Amino acid sequence: MPTKPELMTTPEQSAERPLMEIRDLKVHYELRGSALARLVGGEGETVKAVDGVNVALRKGEVLGLVGESGSGKTTLGRALLGLVRPTSGHITYGDLDLARMPQRQLRSVRRRLQMVFQDPHAALNPSMDLATAIGHPLRIHKLVKSKAEARERVRETLERVGLTPADQFLDKLPAELSGGQKQRAVIARAIICGPELLVADEPISMLDMSVRAKILELMLELGRDLDLTYVYITHDLATAKFFCDRVAIMYLGRVVEIGPTEEIFADPKHPYTKALLRAVPDLDPERKVPRDLPRGEIPDAAAPPHGCSFHPRCPFAFEPCGWEARDLRAMFERRWIRLGEDALAREEPLVGELTEVDAHEEMVRVRAGGRAAELTALLEEARADEPDDPLWKGVERIESDGGAVVVRFRPGIDPGLLRVNAVDVACHLHDPNLSHDH
Amino acid sequence: MTEPVISVRDLRVWYGSERGPVRAVDGVTFDLRPGETLGLVGESGCGKSTLGRGVLGLLPRGAKLAGEVNYEGRNLVTASPKAIQRLRGPDLGLIFQEPLTRLNPLLRISDQFEETLRTHEPGLSKQDIRHRSIEVLRAMGIPPTRYRAYPHEFSGGMRQRIMIALALVLRPSFVVADEPTTALDVLVEAQIIGILGDLRRNFDTSLLFITHNLGIVAEACDRVAVMYAGRIVEQGPVTEVFARPQHPYTRELLRSTISLSTTGLHYIPGAPPDLIEPPSGCRFHPRCPSAMRVCPEQFPEQVEVGPQRVECWLHGPDELVPEGGREPLVREEITVADEA
Repeated sequence: MPTKPELMTTPEQSAERPLMEIRDLKVHYELRGSALARLVGGEGETVKAVDGVNVALRKGEVLGLVGESGSGKTTLGRALLGLVRPTSGHITYGDLDLARMPQRQLRSVRRRLQMVFQDPHAALNPSMDLATAIGHPLRIHKLVKSKAEARERVRETLERVGLTPADQFLDKLPAELSGGQKQRAVIARAIICGPELLVADEPISMLDMSVRAKILELMLELGRDLDLTYVYITHDLATAKFFCDRVAIMYLGRVVEIGPTEEIFADPKHPYTKALLRAVPDLDPERKVPRDLPRGEIPDAAAPPHGCSFHPRCPFAFEPCGWEARDLRAMFERRWIRLGEDALAREEPLVGELTEVDAHEEMVRVRAGGRAAELTALLEEARADEPDDPLWKGVERIESDGGAVVVRFRPGIDPGLLRVNAVDVACHLHDPNLSHDH
Repeated sequence: MTEPVISVRDLRVWYGSERGPVRAVDGVTFDLRPGETLGLVGESGCGKSTLGRGVLGLLPRGAKLAGEVNYEGRNLVTASPKAIQRLRGPDLGLIFQEPLTRLNPLLRISDQFEETLRTHEPGLSKQDIRHRSIEVLRAMGIPPTRYRAYPHEFSGGMRQRIMIALALVLRPSFVVADEPTTALDVLVEAQIIGILGDLRRNFDTSLLFITHNLGIVAEACDRVAVMYAGRIVEQGPVTEVFARPQHPYTRELLRSTISLSTTGLHYIPGAPPDLIEPPSGCRFHPRCPSAMRVCPEQFPEQVEVGPQRVECWLHGPDELVPEGGREPLVREEITVADEA
């Protein structure tokens, strides 16, 4: 039974130049609204799929990019191979900056940088036999002189990934293979040109439980024997824990925590990482997933929350996390889920205007007409009902100002990565300047 | 013990194919009691989804169904399509895998609830419909302010909650949930599992929970039925089956599952079998580390081992095992190629 290989990090090695260095990488997509908006021009919405990522990829390591859908992990992985054009930032590989290279030149670099896709059933051309499909990169990069030579190289590679006897597989079509065999073929195609880096995007998530371990084992073996560096993209914390040397936890386009796998799993620092780990159902029926997990889902990337993106869901959020008008609306929605229709009918007319304000204001001013006092009282009642809702830490003041109600939030700060032990974490709770009383 | 809500006996489902009949479900027997959650677990192609649909009479044309699905004194297998149609909704519910494709995108959430309730409970007033719908949506964590929104205005997890609410608003006594969390993220999955776990408390609904994820079974189910190649090879209380699996397939599947406490890799050699020409005798014998000479010869009997029911010759009955049948099975090495 193979066990996880130890990563030997000697001082000389860590001082070594990284295989790839990603600096302040951003991949933004412009959303265009209506046809009118296009005609008039002006700023459309922007989806920040990757929003300022810094990672140095060490030679020979397995780096996990872990996150939920919409976290930007796949976009980041693709950007590393030049399959996605970054908006800004640098991807230094040797003397090259992949973020700035023209497509034509990227092509020759991709011989060294390869990808293993999630769905093996879709990653192989159904009408191409394995000899042609796996040999394709050799022809593209002109690494072989003859068909016979290509076939020989494919044969070796098939043996390498465990599709043996290779002769039986050379002329097979993808439809004749099981899911696990297809993924072996996809891996064969990725390694045939002798890459340095493999980006594997959920390589086992489409496979059956009983064969997942086999593909992971193959990847570990190949990593050792061919001296590969892996970027392993996954939403599955269990395989990340087993497979990766380092893990980067991503949320809404940012890395929120990155460090050695062991420390991240033993002592997670970001509330999001903590929540993810607690949410994984365990095989032991006695150990139940706790119920007090963060509410809601990853928010819309076109309008990310102010301050820390995780603050609306975070059970530990406090003053500087980026409170804003939307959070007030969300608080009322939770209140109405709890209290039901009658409370909704009573309170919504009052609150209605409170929510129709610019989402990023750190102050909400509502002209409540003659009902300002009522609205103030309702806000106080909501606070008294759920005093532990982190939102109230962010509310600095609720004032009546003539005929208006003003809710002032504490100013939000965008958290940057801070070093704690061997881990970098983007959370104000770990900033001694901000969280002295927490 | 209370009477089962649903009692399935020797259910068989097969499809025609060019090479012959595909026996997707091949003689399955189980009971489901009121408020109980039964996890139906197995790998892709083992017949678990077909079984879930077969129980509700929702198989595609061309599929053949035989055996018994007893519900309130009636065998649904022989009932007329019209009679089953009337039961579906108020008595029998289904929660699909992909919430994104199952809601009508042109209808507001309120319209989808009105349509459902009008069809099945024509006597309800508009006020009652609104009240019933909002109550069940609240139980699923959907704010009442969103009652008039369209499906596209909700996230994936919210849509799955709405789907569950739509199935529950008619208060069915039996619901099939087919991989209801597979397309969802970890945190949302945990939320939905929590909701489904509350079902028995809030709605007294029996649930057939189809999943490939053993962790979810451990989390959300009372009992578990492990399916392999169209058969239930082991069933029993989750705590017992997970602590003391009696069928080698259950044991190996549990060992292969990669969890947060995994320190070494383990897998089952070979691949799940072809359901057109399944292996003779016990269908797991070509992959089974404990296979004996009797295993490919005769189909295993169902035996009771403690609170579990198991189909495996390791547990006898001894009088049916022929002489020398307990000798280890000698077979050819499984090559890596076959097992991938």
